[in-house]
Amino acid sequence: MRKTVILFLALTLSLALALPVLADTIKIGFNISLTGDIPKVGESSKFAAEMLKADINGAGGLMVGGKAYKLDFIYEDNESKAESAVTAMLKLIERDQVLAVVGPNSSKQAVPAGQIANDNKTVMVSPWATNPDATLDRPWVFRAAFLDPFQGPVAVNFAVKTFGAKTAAVIYDLSNDYSKGLAEIFKQVFEEKMGAGSVVAFESHGTRDQDFSAQLTTIINRKPDFIFVPNNYNQVALIVRQARQQGYTGEIMGSDAWGSAELMTLCGDVCKGLHFSTHYAAAGATGATKEFIDRYTATYGYTPDDVAALTWDATKVVLQAIQNAGRLTGRLRTDRQAILDGMKAITSFDGITGSMKFDEEGDPVKCAVVVQISQTGEFEFKESVCP
Amino acid sequence: MLRRYSVHLILATLGGLVVYLAYNEYLGLYYLSVLMFMGVNIILSSSLNLVNGYMGEFSCGHAGFMCVGAYVASVLGVWLFARDRVFGAPVLDPEYALYAFPVIILAGGIAAALAGLLVAFPSYKTRGDYLAIITIAANYIIISAIENMSAIGGSRGFMGMKGVINAMEDTIYLPWMPIWVFIFTIFSVWVIRRYVSSTFGKGVNAISQDEVAAEIMSVNTNKIKTITFMLSSGLAGIGGGLFAYILGYVNPGSFNILKSTEIMVMVYLGGMGSLSGSILAAILFTILLELLRPLQIIKWIVIPLVLIILMQFRPEGIMGNRELGQTFPRLKKFYRFK
Amino acid sequence: MLELIIQNAINALQWGSFYALIALGYTLVYGVLTLINFAHGDVFMVGAYIAFFVATFFLVSLGVPGWVVLALCVPLTMILTSLVGVTLERIAYRPLRNKGAHRLYVVITALMCGLILQHANLAIFGASRKAFPPLIQEHVYNVGGVSFTNLKVAVIVTAFLVFLILHWIVTRTRVGMAMRAISYDKFAVPLMGIPLDQIIVITFVLGSGFAGLAGLLFAMSYPVLEPYMGALIGWKAFIAAVVGGIGDIRGAFLGGFLLGAIEILVVAFFPSTLRDLIAFTVLLVILTFKPTGFFGVAKTTKI
Repeated sequence: MRKTVILFLALTLSLALALPVLADTIKIGFNISLTGDIPKVGESSKFAAEMLKADINGAGGLMVGGKAYKLDFIYEDNESKAESAVTAMLKLIERDQVLAVVGPNSSKQAVPAGQIANDNKTVMVSPWATNPDATLDRPWVFRAAFLDPFQGPVAVNFAVKTFGAKTAAVIYDLSNDYSKGLAEIFKQVFEEKMGAGSVVAFESHGTRDQDFSAQLTTIINRKPDFIFVPNNYNQVALIVRQARQQGYTGEIMGSDAWGSAELMTLCGDVCKGLHFSTHYAAAGATGATKEFIDRYTATYGYTPDDVAALTWDATKVVLQAIQNAGRLTGRLRTDRQAILDGMKAITSFDGITGSMKFDEEGDPVKCAVVVQISQTGEFEFKESVCP
Repeated sequence: MLRRYSVHLILATLGGLVVYLAYNEYLGLYYLSVLMFMGVNIILSSSLNLVNGYMGEFSCGHAGFMCVGAYVASVLGVWLFARDRVFGAPVLDPEYALYAFPVIILAGGIAAALAGLLVAFPSYKTRGDYLAIITIAANYIIISAIENMSAIGGSRGFMGMKGVINAMEDTIYLPWMPIWVFIFTIFSVWVIRRYVSSTFGKGVNAISQDEVAAEIMSVNTNKIKTITFMLSSGLAGIGGGLFAYILGYVNPGSFNILKSTEIMVMVYLGGMGSLSGSILAAILFTILLELLRPLQIIKWIVIPLVLIILMQFRPEGIMGNRELGQTFPRLKKFYRFK
Repeated sequence: MLELIIQNAINALQWGSFYALIALGYTLVYGVLTLINFAHGDVFMVGAYIAFFVATFFLVSLGVPGWVVLALCVPLTMILTSLVGVTLERIAYRPLRNKGAHRLYVVITALMCGLILQHANLAIFGASRKAFPPLIQEHVYNVGGVSFTNLKVAVIVTAFLVFLILHWIVTRTRVGMAMRAISYDKFAVPLMGIPLDQIIVITFVLGSGFAGLAGLLFAMSYPVLEPYMGALIGWKAFIAAVVGGIGDIRGAFLGGFLLGAIEILVVAFFPSTLRDLIAFTVLLVILTFKPTGFFGVAKTTKI
């Protein structure tokens, strides 16, 4: 008991001493999930942000109104829990007094945290959340990923045109609202186009499931022209492999959550030749995108996934908005308001996931590309669709 | 005289202080939200203690009942008092939100109590670890049922509770959420305290000691089990309702088995069958979770490690099965809490 | 229709095998100590990671052919994983047991140990998922519209073998007799000259060793490893063990296949969104009517 008390006191003390007081810095908060359901998403976000910070601080800092500011990024773990995301958000806004917040990534955390950001008048940019509620009626909340109602039709049109598909099957993650939302939009659009009942199987599974044999048996038995799999890449690796093991030889198509190089290490040969819609094609990447991918790979040992790229863009957008603000006064309220105005002033932002601008809801207007996984495991550009 | 009213006095001062500080914005929203989650955790851990501690059962699906309370209270509140995409214009005048709010939260509690029957009926025959599985199954069933109700958002979650809080604040400007959380926390602890010291409470204790002997001594074990499970899950529902309104958004994924184990840890940290232990553990646990934030991933290594070490030194939890007044008899001179 | 049923039956058998393998470990420890070892699912995860490191070491660093690696992997994974299990027992559970703590405090300690295993893994190896290298060539066989792979058959056969071995150990050997004696009366056993702590260590060796084997097979069948992979399957295997009647080897085995079958069949013949709802309702009903599972013995209470 006494030891616990001493440990407890020591921790408290070290925390109190650890709070740095720095002048001329710009503090940006990151509300990300380093533990819990999706630790990989948080890690990617953190790595991308660290790289960006090192870049800008290495170059002397961010120039705002003719003055160089060092960047200070504060990472808060939201444990993939809604309540933790809310307290982390409040902590960043009130205790750490950040100018803006990047994250949370998953809609489960982004929707409640967005409410807090909006109420406390702080700009929040979620890199990855796709739930419309996250930004709806919230002038202070933005996002970097495109929404399901845009991506769904892209997949439908591509499949109908390229595969000549008359029927489709969908397998999605019931507890993941990204996956569920996209699956529903896909079904709706596909049936509008090809007639009712053309989605012959609409099967779900749980978030941590590893066995999809029953769902796939049902799907394969209905003989669809192709299977749409709007899932995270770790599950995709298992689903594709199991579908092949059950003797399915047809097409499988996916969404932007496939867009990780880790897909290829996990999935191997069976994923080669498949298509998915995403933000950018890594294989044909040029300029800033290629540079980002190469450097990230060199620093952390693996190719960045879509979350890393989107976090990079989301953070860059925030920095752009700060520069647009023109001058930082040091008064938090004024500065945050200036950053919001700066966000709204962005007419076109050239990110590594494509150029984008924000509509009145704070959602990005950007192009989607469809890529094919080549025989060497690269994501090759097939088609680009712009809204 | 002082002894009789000291607890009331302390609570009133504490509550008044928090409300005053919150009203004048001396106390930041961050601290306030941590305090509110602390209140919710107190409700959850002390209500679970009723089953796991006093009655000696092993329930690991407490978050399921919390989920029922959260959804019922949220849907009811939004339907009645807020403009929403699902339900359209509010049914009642938003001015009444303030008065109806406790009723809404209680309605969530009642719904959760009814869901508690899911566990109460099998508990007549099933005991011990087999009952534990039934509680886990109940947790999964509730979450899965809500994920399948697309009318209230399914796995996308449900929101709009902010509108109800705004309606309350528009009527009388006060920090209503902290006030309600405070009131309901006191209410829950008081109800549990009254319950365990009543004749029913003696029956609960008898069941935990020896169920067969209790039955022979004319304790109606089935009735007492039903009431205890319903009370416990009902209070969890109240906690869930408050949780939903603090967050302003609910999602079935927030009430999974991990949330249940978190509550379980608080109960055993405090000590089985000790109300003050549960309260203390809930407070400590919430603070620990917030304090260790800067450790990020390491935090979830440190917290279990601290708990394991604590268990090694106090294998019966912080308070054992004793109350504050029993551990420190001298304190008894200064307060009485019934 | 018939091939659909057979196909689903094979799926159910394979998926149930994993539940059964993990449930066996739960039930073994429970049978001896009445301890719900909630860290067991995470020991299984550690087993999969150990298998991964052993396999990549031999395959990539030494260039040994796949089947030799597999032959080396099986004993090495089992030994290393059982070391993890025994360490947990020695450091966390035994001191508590010696202090005479209520068994539920040991359960909570087990839960905490599981959390530590998960997050230590996350902190040390990072959040990137690991891809388990293919050790044997997978063949897809197709007989009359029903397809299965050699790996699936191997998994099912292993589950049956493990069950037979454990059943033999518990019912036919001296160690097994000592285990049953401990579960019968923990206080009289040392008086009979049976080394209590040693038998408990052997129990943990067996339980965690087979969890390691399950981890290896799981990693081969579902080659995506992550720190949280053991949490959910661990909980479900615990449920399976209890439904079968916890403390009984046959119960865990049957419970594992039962849970696997329910989950697969619900998905196959009902809307798959209702899987958890229907599967757990079935379990709830089973436990209401058979309050001690299939093989559990109702405790007679002395008055």
